[in-house]
Amino acid sequence: MSVEIENDRETATPPTLGDRLHPEPRHELLVFERSGAGKVGYSLPPLDVPDVSAIPAGLLRGEIEGETEITEVEVARHFTRLSRLNFSIDENTYPLGSCTMKHNPRTNEEMARLPGFAASHPLAPEEVSAGTLELAWRLEQVLKELTGLARVTLQPAAGAQGELAGILMVRAALEKEGNPRTTVLIPDSAHGTNPASAHFAGYKVRELKSNARGTLDLDVLEGAMTSDVAALMLTVPNTLGIFEDRILEIARIVHAKGGYLYCDGANFNSFVGIARPGAMGIDVMHMNLHKTFSTPHGGGGPGSGPVAVTTKLAPHLPRPTIERREDGSFGLDFDRPESIGRLRTFLGNYGMFVRALAYISSYGNRIGEVARGAVLNANYIRAGLAAHYHLKYDAPSMHEVVFSDKRQAEKGVHNGDIGKRLMDYGFHPPTISFPLIVHGALMIEPTETESRSGLDAFIAAMRAIAREVEEDPSIVLNAPHTTPVKRVDEVGAARNLILRWKPDGRETADGKRET
Amino acid sequence: MNPDELHYTQSHEWVRIDGDIGTIGITDHAQKELGEIVYLELPEVGHVYNADEEFGTVESVKAVSELFIPISGEIVEINRSAVAEPGIVNDDPLGDGWLIKLKVTTDDEVRKLMSAEQYAEYVQAEEKEK
Amino acid sequence: MLASIGVSSIDDLFASIPASVRHTPDLPPPMSEIEIRRFFGALSAKNANARDSAFFLGAGLYNHYVSSVADQMLYRAEWLTSYTPYQPEVSQGTLQSIFEFQTHICLLTAMDVANASLYEGASALVEALLMADRLVRGRRRAVLSLGIHPEYRETVRTYFQNLGLEIVEVPLGADGRTDAAALADAVDEATFAVAVQSPNFRGVIEDWSACAASARSRGSLFVGVVAEAASLALLSPPGDAGADIVCGEAQSLGVPMHNGGPLLGFLACRTAHQRQIPGRLVGQTKDAEGRRAFSLTLSTREQHIRREKATSNICTNQGLMALASNIHMSLLGKKGLREVATQSHAKAEYLKGGIAAIPGFRLPDSAATFNEFVVEGPGPAAPLLSRLARRRILAGVALSRWSGSGADANRFLVAVTEMNTREEMDGLVAALGEDAS
Repeated sequence: MSVEIENDRETATPPTLGDRLHPEPRHELLVFERSGAGKVGYSLPPLDVPDVSAIPAGLLRGEIEGETEITEVEVARHFTRLSRLNFSIDENTYPLGSCTMKHNPRTNEEMARLPGFAASHPLAPEEVSAGTLELAWRLEQVLKELTGLARVTLQPAAGAQGELAGILMVRAALEKEGNPRTTVLIPDSAHGTNPASAHFAGYKVRELKSNARGTLDLDVLEGAMTSDVAALMLTVPNTLGIFEDRILEIARIVHAKGGYLYCDGANFNSFVGIARPGAMGIDVMHMNLHKTFSTPHGGGGPGSGPVAVTTKLAPHLPRPTIERREDGSFGLDFDRPESIGRLRTFLGNYGMFVRALAYISSYGNRIGEVARGAVLNANYIRAGLAAHYHLKYDAPSMHEVVFSDKRQAEKGVHNGDIGKRLMDYGFHPPTISFPLIVHGALMIEPTETESRSGLDAFIAAMRAIAREVEEDPSIVLNAPHTTPVKRVDEVGAARNLILRWKPDGRETADGKRET
Repeated sequence: MNPDELHYTQSHEWVRIDGDIGTIGITDHAQKELGEIVYLELPEVGHVYNADEEFGTVESVKAVSELFIPISGEIVEINRSAVAEPGIVNDDPLGDGWLIKLKVTTDDEVRKLMSAEQYAEYVQAEEKEK
Repeated sequence: MLASIGVSSIDDLFASIPASVRHTPDLPPPMSEIEIRRFFGALSAKNANARDSAFFLGAGLYNHYVSSVADQMLYRAEWLTSYTPYQPEVSQGTLQSIFEFQTHICLLTAMDVANASLYEGASALVEALLMADRLVRGRRRAVLSLGIHPEYRETVRTYFQNLGLEIVEVPLGADGRTDAAALADAVDEATFAVAVQSPNFRGVIEDWSACAASARSRGSLFVGVVAEAASLALLSPPGDAGADIVCGEAQSLGVPMHNGGPLLGFLACRTAHQRQIPGRLVGQTKDAEGRRAFSLTLSTREQHIRREKATSNICTNQGLMALASNIHMSLLGKKGLREVATQSHAKAEYLKGGIAAIPGFRLPDSAATFNEFVVEGPGPAAPLLSRLARRRILAGVALSRWSGSGADANRFLVAVTEMNTREEMDGLVAALGEDAS
């Protein structure tokens, strides 16, 4: 099986210095190094009340040594220049597996900035907060419909906090039954947050070895699933992009012992609008609004991690819940005695709720098209690269495919090098070295965002790199060649920790650069 | 690569016995797998361990690995140069990159460890799993 | 594409999903951009907010100035649509901005090291306490001042409930500050951390040095909590008072209120403890040509490597909010941050004077406040605040929300920032007076 590339260009042309927009190394001073005494970039209205201080002198500080003095234009330029050192989805394909780097529609940004959302306060009286409450309530209804579960909390600040909330609810339900149990089962392919979250919910973690197909081994599960096990945390589809086709049996095994089936919904993009987790026997599931529902990744957050649960777990939802009363008004319900409590302040990352609901509304009942596009694109990449990169697990792929560097490693080239070389071709690298069960993993998730021509260009680049490895590995080993900085010494960063600029500026000075 | 006079563990530590002093480090294979080492966490002198207990960690940029003590004993020395410059462990894992020395409690445990030949086979089998 | 893949329809690619779980969602048809604007615009219009109301709400979330340059910068695709800077060669912008953010937080708190941000203030306090627990082994008790935001304390309870950690809460004294004698009594040999918020939940400025000394006398760490970070530019910083860890909410420093999120948690510590800091960290290093460059560092603390042994389960930070805050702090800088703080304080003092003079109203706390204070009215606070809200005066937050009825039934918190005008404050005083008469 081989992909015929649309534009007939069998392989990409290897880039050389000067190909890309910004061939020369580019640097930007630290904002503190741009500071100069007496410069001002802001203005406040003059104080319109008496200038009094009622604070005892002993509780006051002096000048903030080292803080900036800078003009607005310098600030604008500094951050514009810095931004240009970043790769982003809006530049090109960002196939970072497990992260679902899809296009972020800009309307959603505008909606989140409407004053009734961005300038509102969650502690304003309910009478003047009807819109904010209704929006959150509507998002819950939509997520209930998509998951097929009974209730949703929007409070968790990110997926990992959603995981913790979910496992805490399981624990509360088991405690009500008389025994919280001791152990959570987690496959060896899982995200690292799963075991960390289970630990912070007070559970021991037992890792389940995946079978040769890359999925959960039902015999292993049967053996491990004792009455000490509180839950199985399963990523669906798993981090190899493989759907657990025996999900119904898995749920039966877990439920037969009184355990709960937790779904890590990081990969919901592959079946949203196609199938419902609730029907699969899943009891509790977190979603990542910044993955499936396109709230921007923002250079690493904010995320938002709603959790959907069955009726049985619903009494334990974090407090408060958002309710629609019989008269049609909306309000918060704090009177939930069986709640696990609060995971953070206020209602959650509300700005992300606005964006996610706008995103879902733009697809409506056709949201399954998102999953269809994502799965089609991943399989197209898989077909295009299967002859060039090793595929440890060849079960059908959903929204992502995990290759390894096994063939390239024979030439001394590893997954990290391949990723760095992709930068020269104008792409962001895939996720490197995850999941851990694939040695030398290259985890590729194109999402539905990419067009066929974009996928073709990516495939061509990956093929070109595979050929470079055969012909001249050094060009890959020394990559990247065209990025704003050359390969960054992460070892040096860890051995000699410099974590801040200091007012004397000595430690952070860049000896290489004329200023 | 794996000297015959050393004894090896499945968790990739080695032991050299000189009288009642055992010197412990990680194998060349282990340092290669970890990549460039950036940090070592080692115990205090005087600490007493039973065989197979965790005695520290070794960290590279992208991985962290627990260290397990192959034989029981009391720590008598730790390699402070390696703590200060962990790169030594990459450069010379079996020599200057040793980690700890301990006063050995019993001879029996050493006999249960692998020989150089057995360790080489073990590593080969482990590689095949990948 | 299908032919290349070797299937005849997209449906074939979903063959591994059992038919019995398939479902087409019962949702309305897709909305166009115009319809989305209409729909969300209508919802937005139902909410009183800081742009259409006289606004005095606080309680951990403040209406401070956010510059146009900061918000517009966040629209740039390179900031908005990038992710965690795992690949430093194509992420120097984000990495350097975080490095600058870490520096600003260190300068403001007078601490050595700060992380790349955390979710928000309450979970930042949890992370700070868990960090203290790791640093002080063998102790199980955290002493928390009741002056810490009630939602922060509730969050700590949620996290602590299954970890075998205890919480002891110390009351406030008559002047509104943490009761120093009660605090000293509460700290014992089992205490790993003492946490005190300043300004505290009632807006009162605490004496951090005394609290830190109580903690230290028993070998406990001291955690300084900051929920109104604008105060850091005016008040003696927690680092100078001997805090071991400082954590809290930096929303006041350039992040819009967003109806309560996304916010900007932060955590700072001493160099000696930096290996136990949770969350992401950016460090300076060099590229292959020897030039200054930045990368994530100390990643081995994190869950993607250390799994259940990680320092925390958190994965994302609040990247975009940390950027917003970096821009804000850089732009306002040494003078502006201080001017925001002094104006907020002076205006709050003006409003305190006005309210204290209304018959039936009093200010129960006698200790100095920064920009927020408790008001006690002649009747229940919640209905009063609702009546004023209908007149587009968001006068404050009823304390009964957290403490039920009792002594707090007639009390509410009023926050003032540089955004409030004298006219608005005079209007509030007049409205309170009319309501009472």
